[in-house]
Amino acid sequence: MTVTSAGPSAVGAALDRKDGPLKVRGAATYAGEWPVDNPAYLYPLQATIAAGRITGVDASAALDLPGVLGVITHVNAPKLAWATDPEVAVLQSDEVAWRGQIVGAVVAETLETARHAAGLVRLAYEQRPHDTELRADRHDLHRPQHAALFGAAPGDLQDGSPADSALGDVDAGLAEAAFTLDATYTTPMNHHNPMEPHTGIAVWTDDEITLYCSSQGVHLHRSLLAGAFGVDAARIRAISPHVGGGFGSKVYPVVWGTLALMGAQLVPGRPVKFALTRQQMFALVGYRPATIQRVRLGADSDGRLTAIAHDVIQQTARAKEYAEQTVGATRAMYAAPNRSTTTRVAALDVPVPTIMRGPGEATGMFALESAMDEMASAAGLDPIEFRIRNEPAVHPEHGLPFSTRNLVACLREGARRFGWEGRDPAPLSRRENDWLVGTGVASSIYPSPRLPGNSASIHADADGRYTVRIGAADIGTGTWTALTQIAAEALGVGVEDVNLEIGDTSLPVASSAGFSSGINCWGSTIYAAADELRKLLDSEHGGMVPAEGIEASADMPDNPYMEQFAMYSFGAQFAEVRVHEDTGEIRVPRLLGVFDAGRIINPKTARSQLIGGMTQGLSMALHEASVIDPRFGHVVNNDLGGYHFASNADVGSVEVHYLEERDPYTNPMGSKGIGEVCIVGTAAAIANAVHHATGVRVRDLPITLDKLIV
Amino acid sequence: MKPFRYERADDVASAVATVTDDPRAAFLAGGTNLVDLMKMEVATPGVLVDVRHLVSHDIEDLPDGGLRIGAGVSNSMVAADRRIRRLYPMLSQAILAGASYQLRNLATAGGNFLQRTRCVYYRDIATPCNKREPGSGCSARGGHERDLAILGASEACAATHPSDMAVAMAAVDAVVHTQGPAGERTIPVNELLRLPGDEPWRDNVLERGELITAVDLPPLAVAANSRYRKVRDRASYAFALVSVAAAVEVADGLVRDVRLALGGVAHKPWRAFTAEQALLGAPATEENFHAAAEAELAGARPLPGNAFKVPLAANTIVSMLRALTEEAR
Repeated sequence: MTVTSAGPSAVGAALDRKDGPLKVRGAATYAGEWPVDNPAYLYPLQATIAAGRITGVDASAALDLPGVLGVITHVNAPKLAWATDPEVAVLQSDEVAWRGQIVGAVVAETLETARHAAGLVRLAYEQRPHDTELRADRHDLHRPQHAALFGAAPGDLQDGSPADSALGDVDAGLAEAAFTLDATYTTPMNHHNPMEPHTGIAVWTDDEITLYCSSQGVHLHRSLLAGAFGVDAARIRAISPHVGGGFGSKVYPVVWGTLALMGAQLVPGRPVKFALTRQQMFALVGYRPATIQRVRLGADSDGRLTAIAHDVIQQTARAKEYAEQTVGATRAMYAAPNRSTTTRVAALDVPVPTIMRGPGEATGMFALESAMDEMASAAGLDPIEFRIRNEPAVHPEHGLPFSTRNLVACLREGARRFGWEGRDPAPLSRRENDWLVGTGVASSIYPSPRLPGNSASIHADADGRYTVRIGAADIGTGTWTALTQIAAEALGVGVEDVNLEIGDTSLPVASSAGFSSGINCWGSTIYAAADELRKLLDSEHGGMVPAEGIEASADMPDNPYMEQFAMYSFGAQFAEVRVHEDTGEIRVPRLLGVFDAGRIINPKTARSQLIGGMTQGLSMALHEASVIDPRFGHVVNNDLGGYHFASNADVGSVEVHYLEERDPYTNPMGSKGIGEVCIVGTAAAIANAVHHATGVRVRDLPITLDKLIV
Repeated sequence: MKPFRYERADDVASAVATVTDDPRAAFLAGGTNLVDLMKMEVATPGVLVDVRHLVSHDIEDLPDGGLRIGAGVSNSMVAADRRIRRLYPMLSQAILAGASYQLRNLATAGGNFLQRTRCVYYRDIATPCNKREPGSGCSARGGHERDLAILGASEACAATHPSDMAVAMAAVDAVVHTQGPAGERTIPVNELLRLPGDEPWRDNVLERGELITAVDLPPLAVAANSRYRKVRDRASYAFALVSVAAAVEVADGLVRDVRLALGGVAHKPWRAFTAEQALLGAPATEENFHAAAEAELAGARPLPGNAFKVPLAANTIVSMLRALTEEAR
């Protein structure tokens, strides 16, 4: 058996999901389903005040209940070695920083007993006044100094970028403009609701500590938990081969894991099962923070932007400062000589926000792309033409060339496929039966970054089988399939010869599935490992796999082009919207997206991810809003009956097309990220279509019928 | 969730006796609402008396041309029944506009009337609620008001009744049969469910231990030309912001008969008697539809968070009447 250089490619084939048959049969093992002997069950206690401290704990009634194995509160919880991060540590003090924070747990023989006992634990509180209202006129807004990667790297915003930026003179640019816009847009809290709740089964022994979990990155979760418990990371094994959705909520927040391990410490050697309920998730797994965004645009009489200013106010938690790049896309989208962006946060007594699909870009582009539509109208230009006129030659802020940027082609191809030509731009120009019909467009953008910390190994058997190991995650995205295809391409073999192993800390370290970086990082690393294997074979075995087999491994190589090019995926999204004349009900019969995401690894799984993102964008546009009652301080619509996302009946035709162009600079595959670009812009396309249908400009998400009925 | 005992009663009389005598006991039929509330400790019955097998699972023809629906008939079966789809289409449509296939398969005709409000404060034991804990106060006013009532609310409670089925039942003047400690009786649906007043914990007029055994649909010619329209925040699987059950009969351009009931606006299905009176005998015109809707909603007392429901209800009534009368022409 010889290993040749990268040969005829498995990449680009529309392969069925490798894990599909398992999932269809119900045989894919999710976190809560691992067969374990004699498990105990944990049920958490949550604070019923939003700020203050716990002054008393009475667990006697719970402890008296037959079947209760223990009650853990801050009084008796193990002292953690790293207790400062509220997304990791629990039960380390009497302080309550938000309503719904974990303040205890019961471990019992059955789930029912644990839940019953949890209701019997009495906590006394000393309540402080709390403050959960995000308003633009607050006096305590401040420039965020959150460090990137959840505190691991420098930078104001979570992606490492600065809170503010400025070029030229915005006031002068606005003053000289023929057309100006000054509008404020708002987006509400959106809560993470993956189908599978955050779940752990933990076993603590003197030797190994095992955590079956639902994780977007087992190595990150392991390092967080090892740090918290002060144990050698090598002692912890985190296992998560299949994940029922993550969307960012299973990257960092890990209090569920901490609590499961505390439960496991209470009954050493015995598995402890813990799955959050849907209601508990609304306080414990993070959310997209609410924003108030002011956008100012100026354009000359030809429709060329003279100024772009985007000023953002975001909600964050007093317990931990999270701030995201709501202004990030605005920095990269359109040319204008005068530009500025600012980010300010209000620290509130609320749960800690976290990344959610397109964190920052999704909310920021709702504002920018709505504003672009408003400006196009003001300037009397078609919104596509207006965008094309402001297409930058290089990154408008830092001046680097784009590795590839096919936004204009996406807009044109989308217009052709959608049937944009001949559109009457006047609002209220189409009526069918009792429905007002409108169409809208918006651009999409998302960076193609890399995350550090990746390594892969490949073992070759003499019989021609290759086992590829990397601790990557498949959160429903298709990683099992896509990495198999990449490995086959890198090895120059068929996909049937590749056996992939992911989702386990016993495998080589991998970064988390987030920031649309997974395939970029893991694929590049697998490519490097294949190169190593080839070198090893060529140098020591004459290109032949020895009878005993051979293994090579590699770390993710640096990509020097990342310093030389701005790397982004792009897209254009089109929406057709119907608004009922009598009731204001909004329907979206048609969404169409054309994406420039470089080379598509697997058109089938990519399509699934892209239509999923657009659907989530539709949901953001029309449905999703967490309602905090400021008197109590918690999200009151905290279940799937109250917190709406798009149902099947809300989603009509969702069409996806790719401009398949290999990006020469991003990675050996030529791919860019697809996981997030697809949710960026959808809400604006729909809002723009609603305006076209009704003449009503809704600047506050979600677009609900009460905003359209008069 | 608190522990409870499960009992399967042998007959209606013993089920009634058990629940009458034990204040901690509750009837269990489909359980689609009660079991949820038990998980959240909003409801904490000590004994569940299963009655589903004790009441009829059939829909029978009545001699007067009406129908009798056994209390144990699933919501799905009511909606699918050919007679109901032909004679009372709005009832079938109302049921299909609610919940999901799975829930409708489990939920019963009797139990549907007795589902509790979806007011978020009622469902959260960590917030005050007069309906859940008499005298503790109402958190809904001044809070999350979107789903609250605009008609017939009291200072003590502004919750809405969540049922779709009950709205159509109210429109057709359905009558429930009950068996209780004082024997059997019949109660019109419009009297079964009540406004909150000073006793918001009482959703209905049933006595402790009184069990719904059947629902009668009276013969009603106008119901054959009827429709149910549910306006909500998404296209499926959401409770009504406003719903309208409407039936109209027009002859010579005049409204000969009409039935109107609203959901999502009150503590009970809101039978629009005022609008019906205004329409009876009047020309079937857009102006008269508007006037009738406005007359009905003149008594609306919306809150800041649900003021949109007033124009929404008016528009939906008019829209429905327009559609039904256009079809009749």
